[in-house]
Formats: sequence, C-alpha cells, structure tokens
Amino acid sequence: MRKFIAIGLVYAIVQILIMTNLISGYFQATLVTIGINIILAVSLNLITGFTGQFSLGHAGFMSVGAYVCAIVTMRMPTIPGFILGVALGAVAAAILGFLVGLPTLRLRGDYLAIATLGMSEIIRIIFLNLEVTNGAAGLIGIPQFINWTWLFIFTVGTVLLLSNFVKSAHGRACISIREDEIAAEAMGIDTIRYKVIAFIIGAACAGIAGAIYASYFHYLEPNLFGFLKSVDVLVIVVLGGLGSLSGSMLAAILLALISTYLQSFPEIRMVLYSLILIIIMIFRPQGLMGSREISLSVFSKLGRNKLWDRFKSQKGGQ
Amino acid sequence: MPILSVERVTKAFGGLAAVSNVSLDIIEGELVGLIGPNGAGKTTLFNLLTGIYVPDSGTINLSIDKQVIPLNGIRPHSICQKGLARTFQNIRLFKDLTVLENVLIAMNQNINYGLLTSFLHLPAYKREEEKLLHESIELLRIFDLDKKKDELARNLSYGEQRHLEIIRALATNPKLLLLDEPAAGMNPAETANLMDIIGWIREKFDLTILLIEHDMTLVMNICERIYVLDHGMLIASGTPDEVRTNKRVIEAYLGEDINNA
Repeated sequence: MRKFIAIGLVYAIVQILIMTNLISGYFQATLVTIGINIILAVSLNLITGFTGQFSLGHAGFMSVGAYVCAIVTMRMPTIPGFILGVALGAVAAAILGFLVGLPTLRLRGDYLAIATLGMSEIIRIIFLNLEVTNGAAGLIGIPQFINWTWLFIFTVGTVLLLSNFVKSAHGRACISIREDEIAAEAMGIDTIRYKVIAFIIGAACAGIAGAIYASYFHYLEPNLFGFLKSVDVLVIVVLGGLGSLSGSMLAAILLALISTYLQSFPEIRMVLYSLILIIIMIFRPQGLMGSREISLSVFSKLGRNKLWDRFKSQKGGQ
Repeated sequence: MPILSVERVTKAFGGLAAVSNVSLDIIEGELVGLIGPNGAGKTTLFNLLTGIYVPDSGTINLSIDKQVIPLNGIRPHSICQKGLARTFQNIRLFKDLTVLENVLIAMNQNINYGLLTSFLHLPAYKREEEKLLHESIELLRIFDLDKKKDELARNLSYGEQRHLEIIRALATNPKLLLLDEPAAGMNPAETANLMDIIGWIREKFDLTILLIEHDMTLVMNICERIYVLDHGMLIASGTPDEVRTNKRVIEAYLGEDINNA
C-alpha cells in the first residue's frame, strides 16, 4: 500500500511542477529520456542481469517497437491508435525476440552477444531499405501523444510488472540459469524455455520504450538504433548493478542528469561523462546497487530511527 | 520390478570409453552403492542417467508407477521432472542465492501458477508461494538448516553445503535419488550422522537411492547391494560381503598380487 502512495506522490509532484512551469520543456525531454532508459535498462537487466544472457541487441527490439508504433499512429492519429501502436510495437518486438532467441540462446556468453549484435544490425539495415519506414531519411511528423502521465504509466507499469516477475517462481527459474545452468537443468528447470521467456519479455519492454520514443520525439531514423544505443543501455544496467531493478532505475536517472548537466560544457562533455563512468566502475565494480534492491522500508526505517533518537534525547534532556 | 534398468550403456570421449557396456538394475526401495577407483566412470554414469550426456549406445529405462519411460536423449530437466534427482560431486549450489531460494528453485516444477499471475501477483501467487515456503522449511529442518534459510549458500560450511544439495534434490520430489559422494570431505562423526539421515530420508520419502561413495564404512554399512566399476566396466556386483571378498575388486583397488604378476 505504501508503495502505491509513494508512486502516486511522485506522479503528483512532477505533474504539479509541470503545470506550474517549474519544469521547462527542455527538462521534460530529459524526463522522457529517463523514462525510456529506465524501461530499456530494467528489461535488459531481466535478460542480462537476472537470466545471465549477455545481449547486445536491445536497440534492435527498441527500433521495431518505435517503427511499428510510428507507422500505426501516423495512420490513426488518435489516442486509441496510439495505444494500439504501443501494443503492436511490443507484440512485434516480442515476436522478434522469440524468433531471434530460439536459435541464438543455445549460444553462451560472448557468442550470444555477437549473435544479438548481428541481429540488431540486420534490423537496422532492413529499416534503412524499407519503403514503409522511408529509408535513411526516416519518418518525420509522428504525432505526439506521450506526456508525463503516459510516460509515468508505462515506466512504472513496466518496472512493477518486471519486479513482480523476478520475485515469482518463474523469475527464480531465470535467476537459477544465471547462477548455474547445469544445476538448474538438473533441478528440473527447462533452461531453454526460461531463457526464451526472458528474451521475449525483455524484447516486448524494449518495444514499448521504442514506441514511447517515436511518440515523443516526432522523428525516427534507422541510425538512432545502432550498436551504440545497445551499449548505452548495457552501460546503465552494469552501472546500476546486474540483477538490481532499482539499480537500473537509479543509474538511468543519474546518467540522464549528468548528461543534461554536462550540456554546459559541450567540448569536454563526453570526456567528463566517460571519466565519471570509469570512476564509478573503479569504486563500485559491482554497480551502484550490486544485486540488492532499494525498498521503501529502508526509508521508513531511517525515519523511524531518527525520530526515536530525537525522542530519546528529548527525554534525556528533561 | 526394477525402477531403473540400464542395459549395455556405452559412452566414449574421443577414443576413451569412459563407460563401456554397463548393465545394472535397481529395484524399487533399494539402497545401492556404486564404487570404484578414481576415474572408473562412476560420475560419467551418473551424467548419463541424468541426461547431461547422451549414451553412444544402450538403453536407460525408468519405471515409475508401472510405466516404463526411456531416458535416452531426454533433456536433464525433463528427466528430473520424471522423478530422478541428483546431487553433484563438486557442489553445484546456487551459491549467491539464499539457502531458502536454493530449495524454492528446485520446487519450481510444482508451482501451479502461470506467467500472468507472476506479473500481477494475483491471489494464486500468495497462496502458492506460502505453500512452497512452508514445504521448503519442512525440508530444511531435516538437516537443521531452517535457521539458516536466509544465509547465502556460499557462506555455509562445507558439510552444510553437502546437506543443502541433498535437500535441494529432495525438493524436486524424486522417486530415485542419485547421490554423488555425499560424504566427501566429512569427518567420521559427520559421516555417521549422514548415514543415519540417508536411511531416514529413504523411509520418510519412500525413495530408492543410488550412491557413489569412497568412504567404505558408509558404503558397506548402509548399502544393500553394490556395483563396482573399473576402467568403465562393471567388474562385480552383489552384497557388501560378496564384494568385499571379490578378487577382481581387491585387484582393482590394491593392484594385482605380486605372485601373479
């Protein structure tokens, strides 16, 4: 219950800040980037952090969601059209995840990374050559539906669903694959099935992130979804901690804020950004959160202890 | 009626026959030992039985509830679900997960809720998870590990890790349990305790047990029958007394008599 009150509070505060113009249009774009990156990072974390499958294909899944949503909403520029676009984008990405996952998930480690990287490049090249995606010129004038409310619904929804999933028996099955695939298989876990499931769920979420991107930034071109986009997501996941959803969220927010702040130093922006990453990785090689999660009870415990201390010191003073 | 029957199974790695032409039968309810010098092919045989390796030739049949299930070419998880569980010689716990999580994962096949329930935590989730939690803790009590349920498996002592491996295998609800050197690295007191518990588990869970062991007191004391492997071949079988006095077994372990050489 407390969880939902906290979520509602975050939504209300930001909504009020937007309505009173305390959050500028520029910062709103940062908010959308944060939301998209959170969805991408938590879903890649399911594949890489929880199930232990090293994937470099997230940009590919994202681009499928983005293009499908863009094409649907350009033909149906209404709210139902937008919802349909996001749903179809997620479904298309999930189907792709299944088709790619089934053959490639027999590979392990580096080999899987290379296979998924190749898949992602193939998708990019296909979009570059299709007529319906307008090739290299890209799609312009995609209707904008994403606002703070929609962004919040999709981001929080994805995080909640995934955090429920990893706490379930199916989630534990995925985690056991990361821990020891042979032991998991010997304990009755169908490892191939669960790897494919994790891949499909991760791909569907990446599709949603892509759909949000298309529906906020008006414009899509295939080169937005290159290899570097996948690496960006991987950086967030590793920085936040493999196997920590709250770590992914924290890292997505932190990196977006750092990157926004560094806009004031355009010449050395990427140098500083990389330096920060290197420093964090030296001092927290397991990522900001390791594999732990932040929960609300931590905050309430902190608060309670402080109150209790104050109460005691007051009593002592009397 | 044998619960497990292995017929003329062979497995070669390159030119080396790790297991050649091995046939054995295990009757329901028996406690059978599998012994042999290092490199005799005992663990390879376990890996063949549990589907980690596929035999080059021969058949392996599991009979449960009067149903004969051929195990050749079936994937390990499926063999486990049919009622054949194992422990590993080189402990393969999920080391970075808690003791409880290790057991819960092994119970995965018993869960009765689908993906949708796990996403939304529908009422069935809570009901089923509570049931699993309850059953897991019951199992952990066998080796007094219920107090350590929230510790990481890697922080358990060596003996406790071996115990947890057995509990994890039991959690898959097996009919036939394969134990790969359950007493390895234990002191005599711990081994004696383990022997009691193996006997007790067998009664309580109505199990058939096949175990590999180097500790001869354990094998001779609790096994009803023993199979002896050497260089991948079955060289003897019978009751502990028969095996103890078998000439080929003595040769395999101690080398040939000087006079015969």
